Amino acid sequence: MHFEYEIEGGDFSSAGKASSDIKKILKQLNIDPQIVRRIAIALYEAEVNVVAHACKGIMKVDLDAHKIKILLEDEGPGIENIERAMQEGFSTASDEVRQMGFGAGMGLPNIKRNTDEMRLTSVPGRGTTLEMTVNFSQ
Amino acid sequence: MNLYKINELVKGTICRECSTPQEFTCAFASDLMSDVLRFHMEKTILITGLSTVQTLRTAEMSNIECIIFARDKKVTDEMIKLAVENNISLITTPLTLFEVSGRLYSSGIKPIF
Repeated sequence: MHFEYEIEGGDFSSAGKASSDIKKILKQLNIDPQIVRRIAIALYEAEVNVVAHACKGIMKVDLDAHKIKILLEDEGPGIENIERAMQEGFSTASDEVRQMGFGAGMGLPNIKRNTDEMRLTSVPGRGTTLEMTVNFSQ
Repeated sequence: MNLYKINELVKGTICRECSTPQEFTCAFASDLMSDVLRFHMEKTILITGLSTVQTLRTAEMSNIECIIFARDKKVTDEMIKLAVENNISLITTPLTLFEVSGRLYSSGIKPIF
């Protein structure tokens, strides 16, 4: 199964819609609730990151019997130093993002914690690509 | 502890009640949604002063089934719509985050760790 969602930068009222949709699909497929929770949290953190930092992005989700693969590609400022961005507590988020309860520098480490594979690449000034995989069997 | 007992303890108003009976054992108090997303939240009440659509989305992703909005924060129609869609109960109270936490803790609700 393949799903695609467009994500609008700065649109906080819609942030989470794509993640919510995928979570509902996974529940309907009777995937282990703890695995669904991990996927939902990683997806949501990633979706909020695009809304918070990029101009726009696309989320592509591929599901098979054994795993879920998620690709998020955005157009935006990108990340200057990925190693630093992965450190808990480091954030370049705006005040608006912080007022929404995010931007504390916990998103990327939380994505890593909740996925089996995570690959983050970026071209500063152009955008960021995030690839995540979660296996359905532990 | 059920929703009615919780509501009574925090002198609250139930804005939206979950359609299935709920029992809660733990609570977590935070205005930082990133922090909420870090922990296991089964059977957990979220106590917060952050009243936004993203509070509901965070609860949805974390499997939180009850949110108490402290300091008389207002709940919008959009938030209630999301609560209905995801079967989340909502309580508002004029009490502070500190007092809500204290009242629930002294009545047996546990921290999540």
